[in-house]
Amino acid sequence: MLFYTIKRFGLAILIVCLAMLMLLSAIHLVPGDPAGIALGPRATPEMRAEFRALMGMDQPFFVQYFRFLGNVVTGDLGVDVWSRRPVSTMIGEQLPHTIALAMAGLGWAIVLGIPMGCYSAVHRNSVLDKLTGVLSVGCIAIPSFIVGLYALLLFAVELKIFPEIGAGDAGDIEDQLVHLVLPGLAVGLGWVGYLARFVRTSMLEVMGENHIRMARAYGLSNRRITYVYALKLAILPTVALLGVGVGSLISGAVFAEIIFARPGIGKMVVDAVNTRNYPIVMGGVLVTTMLFALSTLISDLIAAWLDPRIRQGL
Amino acid sequence: MNDRHDTVLEVRDLSVDFLTGRGTVRALRHVDLTVPDNRIVGIVGESGCGKSTLINSVLRLLAANAVVTESSSVVFKGRDVLAMSPADLRGIRGQEISMVFQDPMTALNPVISIGTQMTDILYRLDMSMADKRRLATDMLGQVGIPDPAQRLADYPHQFSGGMRQRICIAMALMMNPGLLIADEPTTALDVTLEAQIIHLMKDLCARFGCSMLFVSHNLGLIAELCDEVVVMYAGEVVEQGEVHDLFHRAQHPYTRMLLDCDPARIAEKRRDLPTISGSVPDLIDLPRGCIFAPRCPERYAPCSDSAPSTYDVNAVHQARCFQVRDA
Repeated sequence: MLFYTIKRFGLAILIVCLAMLMLLSAIHLVPGDPAGIALGPRATPEMRAEFRALMGMDQPFFVQYFRFLGNVVTGDLGVDVWSRRPVSTMIGEQLPHTIALAMAGLGWAIVLGIPMGCYSAVHRNSVLDKLTGVLSVGCIAIPSFIVGLYALLLFAVELKIFPEIGAGDAGDIEDQLVHLVLPGLAVGLGWVGYLARFVRTSMLEVMGENHIRMARAYGLSNRRITYVYALKLAILPTVALLGVGVGSLISGAVFAEIIFARPGIGKMVVDAVNTRNYPIVMGGVLVTTMLFALSTLISDLIAAWLDPRIRQGL
Repeated sequence: MNDRHDTVLEVRDLSVDFLTGRGTVRALRHVDLTVPDNRIVGIVGESGCGKSTLINSVLRLLAANAVVTESSSVVFKGRDVLAMSPADLRGIRGQEISMVFQDPMTALNPVISIGTQMTDILYRLDMSMADKRRLATDMLGQVGIPDPAQRLADYPHQFSGGMRQRICIAMALMMNPGLLIADEPTTALDVTLEAQIIHLMKDLCARFGCSMLFVSHNLGLIAELCDEVVVMYAGEVVEQGEVHDLFHRAQHPYTRMLLDCDPARIAEKRRDLPTISGSVPDLIDLPRGCIFAPRCPERYAPCSDSAPSTYDVNAVHQARCFQVRDA
């Protein structure tokens, strides 16, 4: 298990480095001079050159890349073009909100999706199974910003069950949690559908395997067969899917952050792209990539914990 | 030792249909079978003859589209398994009738340790976990797993195929059942392991006083292991009897042809191995007469008009063939 963890951790670091290489290439390929856009049409060539030198954009591509990586190791992500505040501080302020939102979305997906999938598999072709099938496809098909807008209108504006906007008072955990419910639903509802379908399929597959028939032949209870013998296997592909899914939850978070006027990395990066504020784009994408690599790492470790064959490197 | 051979399992007039999109498949028709106490009964027949349907009916493990007809009965030690409540059925499964499956590579759950899978079967026993593990260790030792106490924490993939089948046998006998059903337990194994596993099963069944229903398409194995044989063809029992009598005085043409096809019994060298020409009939649309008539080289007038019933060859041997009646 230790060897596996170390190996998997090294892979995560490699993924982050490669992702940054791709991001830097993308920035170079985007048309338009960053300095021109950042400084406006009336900037003199000298001002632009000064800006480029400040941002390190006068250096060759790979020098920029390795300088960036080197700075990352020391925790230096550069400074905001406008406010001159360190990017790492700015991200540090936003990051907890994004993680909380992604976890809230994940929470919705797990709490609703996995039981729905299990029920559908056990009661295959029942009325409720067909109903959850339609519901799941509906959940997958509705874009998260629509869910966000209608959830806001219905539960916050009309019914006034949940607060409308913001992230809640700092320091008041309960208030912050209440503020997470609706944005979490907006981000996670599509995943509820995905998980329900996915868990149903893998459960059905596992339920048809020989060892389940053997467990039945040995008189084990239905509950033990379903929730231990079958689910422990059927959950493995779902764990892998969720590891990747956290990435899309983070990117999907942008809409929820805008609709519910919440602070967060997504909104910060979108704003920064529009103003060509590259240090923030680089820093924001670096952090989300790290989150993504971390979530796949965690999901792989959970899978290894559940499955001895992965654990022992087979 | 009980010489009266009381019956452990009595299957009477068992018919099973499968409802499919193409129509009703009449997989088993009027099957009678008796397993006496402390005896080993073999079921032999080609693929698709209903062997698996028969043994799955005994533990009610059939697929959801299976229909067992009203007149059927499967009586285990005086109780009709087919009429049991789900709770009573659980009490039989793995406790009084247990099963060893064909493929040991897929019969064990890959993500649950051997120890847990074994002790889970003992859920009915009122004993501490430590005692359950001791019992599991003892059983593993009896089937020849080295270092059984250490290996309880291991997972199925850490054992070879032969070892896994030994573990399955240990699990099957752990509750000291009255009947062990073995569904081609050596088909998926190396030939070199076959004899070991078979002897292990035979020894353990004798030691535990357990009867066995042994399914195979290997005639040599059946001849060596079993006391009685049931020959099945296309969902019917065509011949059954005491093993020596049946192999030496096979009456049904199908049994004789099956024996001729056994490569182990072919004496002279020839280019083609013998086969039974024709194919198994469609079990949706059954012929009116004898089920084997279309492929039977010895068929005569009565065969295509009506289906034969079972006729006595002698006190320990019956066959479903008009030739026996007319002899």
